[in-house]
Amino acid sequence: MEGSIVEMGALIGAGLACTGMGGAAIGVGNVVGNYLSGALRNPSAAAGQTATLFIGIAFAEALGIFSFLVALLLMFAV
Amino acid sequence: MATEEHGAESGGLVFHPMDQFIVKPMFGDGPVAWYTVTNVTLWMALAVVCVLLMFVLATSRRRIVPGRFQSVAELGYGFIYKMVEDIAGKDGVKYFPYIMTLFLFIVFANFLGLLPMAFTTTSHIAVTAVLAMGVFLTVTILGFVLHGASFLKLFWVSAAPLPIRPVLAVIELISYFARPVSHSIRLAGNMMAGHAVIKVFAGFAALAAISPFAILAITAMYGLEILVSFIQAYVFTILTCVYLKDALHPHH
Repeated sequence: MEGSIVEMGALIGAGLACTGMGGAAIGVGNVVGNYLSGALRNPSAAAGQTATLFIGIAFAEALGIFSFLVALLLMFAV
Repeated sequence: MATEEHGAESGGLVFHPMDQFIVKPMFGDGPVAWYTVTNVTLWMALAVVCVLLMFVLATSRRRIVPGRFQSVAELGYGFIYKMVEDIAGKDGVKYFPYIMTLFLFIVFANFLGLLPMAFTTTSHIAVTAVLAMGVFLTVTILGFVLHGASFLKLFWVSAAPLPIRPVLAVIELISYFARPVSHSIRLAGNMMAGHAVIKVFAGFAALAAISPFAILAITAMYGLEILVSFIQAYVFTILTCVYLKDALHPHH
């Protein structure tokens, strides 16, 4: 295994970028947890909000995807 | 991704988890040009054939009491139709065929990719980026055609206090152009990560000591992947509806 120090830095950076996925995990957990606590209080209104739930999940997840993108770019494009 | 075969490496994994995503020509070993028939072409064509076959079978013998194929087709049609109507509004129903096509293609490409030895076309950013750019360009052009310059009001949040509006406009503009990026990478990333995890556990299954756990883990991950395949197609479609709503009603 041999490589330049730039490659090493890029791989370490890719690993660090993955911590952003933890933030996305917290965000998605927050969205679903709040949906569930609301849904258990008023189950009759829950069915109408599943689309909003998935949109919320998708937006919270997007930032985690950007960190994944940064990791991919560091690993394969730098 | 991985550009060469890793099978020759000794010890540990006998294959690299990313090997399944290599694009290979179907005939011969030549370089891959834009017209080369590759395994991506094959599996995308299979997805289209499956969609066609299912809907031709479903609508060939229509009955009042639907059979198996017909009820699945009706269920899918109703599901997407209701989604477009709920999110994009009554005037969004005009664009229902496009959204239905997107959903069916993605859901079949995802599910076909779950077959053993299959190739997941939606795990490649090149494939999903075309779909996402298609949606992005359609929605942007549609917004300008329908509303002219007042489509730019989408970025001018009139509900916010006046001093904050320029800052919000910049943020809205950035988030608007980040849409196709997140839209495409969400699908590709989810598909790629899930399949890579399954392959990593498959590599562990070669070691006798932990193979029972590895096989259990593969089964569990496979179940999760079936769920993820559907949910990601659903999320892609629902976001298309949200973007379409923004183009049809740009006023906040």
